Amino acid sequence: MSALPPYAGPLERFWYYAFRVLCGLILFFLIMPILVIVPLSFNAEPYFTFTKGMLAFDSEAYSLRWYRDIIENEQWLHSMKNSFIVGICATILATALGTLAALGLSRAHMPARNLFMGILISPMIVPLIITAAGMYFFYSDVGLAQTLPGIILAHTALGTPFVVITVTATLSGFDTNLIRASSSLGATPTYTFFNITMPLIMPGMVSGALFAFITSFDEVVVVLFLAGFEERTIPRQMWAGIREQISPTILAVATLLICVSVLLLVTLELLRRRGERLRGLSPG
Amino acid sequence: MATAESAAPPDDGILRTNDGVPLKTTLRRVNRRQKMVALGLVLPLFLFILVTFLAPIGMMLFRAVDNPVIQEQIPRTVALLNETWDGESVPDDAVFDVLAEEMIQQYKVREIAKVGTRLNYEQGGLRSLITKTARNIAHRAEPPWKDAFIAIDERWGQPETWGIIQNAAPRYTLSFFLAALDLRYDWQGNIVEQPEYEQIYVKMFVRTMWISGLVTVLCVALGFPVAYLLATLPMRQSNILMILVLLPFWTSLLVRTTSWIVLLQTEGVLNDIMVWIGILSDEGRVQMIYNQLGTIIAMTHILLPFMVLPIYSVMKTISPSHMRAARSLGATPPRAFWDVYVPQTLPGIGAGSILVFILSVGYYITPALVGGRTGQLISNFIAYHMQKSLNWGLAAALGALLLLGVLVLYWLYNRLIGVDKMKFG
Repeated sequence: MSALPPYAGPLERFWYYAFRVLCGLILFFLIMPILVIVPLSFNAEPYFTFTKGMLAFDSEAYSLRWYRDIIENEQWLHSMKNSFIVGICATILATALGTLAALGLSRAHMPARNLFMGILISPMIVPLIITAAGMYFFYSDVGLAQTLPGIILAHTALGTPFVVITVTATLSGFDTNLIRASSSLGATPTYTFFNITMPLIMPGMVSGALFAFITSFDEVVVVLFLAGFEERTIPRQMWAGIREQISPTILAVATLLICVSVLLLVTLELLRRRGERLRGLSPG
Repeated sequence: MATAESAAPPDDGILRTNDGVPLKTTLRRVNRRQKMVALGLVLPLFLFILVTFLAPIGMMLFRAVDNPVIQEQIPRTVALLNETWDGESVPDDAVFDVLAEEMIQQYKVREIAKVGTRLNYEQGGLRSLITKTARNIAHRAEPPWKDAFIAIDERWGQPETWGIIQNAAPRYTLSFFLAALDLRYDWQGNIVEQPEYEQIYVKMFVRTMWISGLVTVLCVALGFPVAYLLATLPMRQSNILMILVLLPFWTSLLVRTTSWIVLLQTEGVLNDIMVWIGILSDEGRVQMIYNQLGTIIAMTHILLPFMVLPIYSVMKTISPSHMRAARSLGATPPRAFWDVYVPQTLPGIGAGSILVFILSVGYYITPALVGGRTGQLISNFIAYHMQKSLNWGLAAALGALLLLGVLVLYWLYNRLIGVDKMKFG
């Protein structure tokens, strides 16, 4: 596929280009919703479609009014604060717990590994509505419903599978002789972990943490059940916006969220390249 | 180590360590300690998941069989009914007397409505019967209660009513599961079908499976070509195109759902473009969202990256020389592609399909926002019973059935691919 061979006949030539056009259309389908929403968020009019002025690139037709709306709106600012508090706390907890568990799961002597793995991954598999319903009753009973700690705990549970999976994957290529070497030179297990193991599994930990963060940052079903008005997060606020009073402010928020995803994507890509470079350097 | 040096190890052919302990014992001890260390590392997360996730879900699912209301509110009536009633005629005066006493008692503490609500799940109209009767006997009506009850509502004179009370009474019940399958107990305790107009859940499960299947097929159809292109292009170009797959993957679900609303609504971008080109007249705008079509389009878009990535990672491992070998042996390009290349991609297609199907049967957000009436899935009904109708038993029963389906698929996925092989990004 990389290039059309010089001996290709007309039919083959046709298929080659037809296939590329088809793929172009599918990729366009994938990216179009994201591309459309960004310019629309600068619409000067409260419409969800391109005005004539926008199509003519008239500077009058573009404005930042919806972004100003966000900054001036108490609720949006409050929900952003909540989202970051919940996201960051849940990420720290999930990364710590998930990394420990992954270290255990990767040990040669781990009993019933598949069973434990299955259980620890389950928050990713169980439909969110069931998780949310279960947590709603239980967290109400223990007084954690409608509190930020409750949402943080819930999001931690949802984020840990990603950390477990990514760190386990990183550990599968880990040379355990390094740990033996370290202990034979007199290092304590803690010292070995922080100075030998952790730097090497850092890429896995960071990408797991990013997944945990985006999971929490984007999660709305559990929040719908657990959060009161005070604990609203950005997705919860967007949900209310889409269902109740749909205003272009949502498009502005959406654009900001797209910026967050781009940032995360770039970070992950850099990590991946670093990992590939490291692997390229080390023998085997 | 003094002992080891002083007493020479007995010469019995058993291998020993320096301190005289048989090697086998030491090995076992070390292995046990290693096992404990591994378990100890996993334990914090395991306990955390157990307490914050598994236990809550278990307790919620228990509500699907838990049935305390009738037993708690009118226990003596139920006991007497079980003891004395023949199941065919109107019960004795004694039953009416006990029921009246218990109803008045529960009416005073404002609990009687619970009984009505519970019975209403079995048959519509019983809630109003209970509240009406309770209010009446607490304030106006006089004994003898049997006549008073029947005077208030003639349904008290029908054995059906009493049969329903008796069937709704056991501490644990299957009636929520029956309701989730469009079945119910009739008043004699036989399992029968719900009346035609109340049969919704089986249809709902079928619709959920159907939409999920369709979304999965669409994802394969759209994901396969893209994965093929990405896997066969030179690294530099495929990395750039990969961004087009990964950016949607990393973008908030709500953002993508919002943009589909913006694109597809009748006053939206797509309709505007079609009117502008002249395909549609301004009055003939197409309703593409708030129905099943909207759900299918948005879900396909959201789940497509989950299909592309596993297929891509399998295709990356297929050597291009296989196709060349097939061609040199005389296969036409379609034949070489279909018989040599495609079979090797099946693991990727399988992984992606199960993943997409699992994710879509449990989908809630997108159908709730863009599904309208015809695009709702089973999750939306669970949410409805959790938040609006407050029939938690039915919500739990529907949830248990959904979870069962998902767990079977998960098991299958684990058998075929292995969950630790799952990759992101």
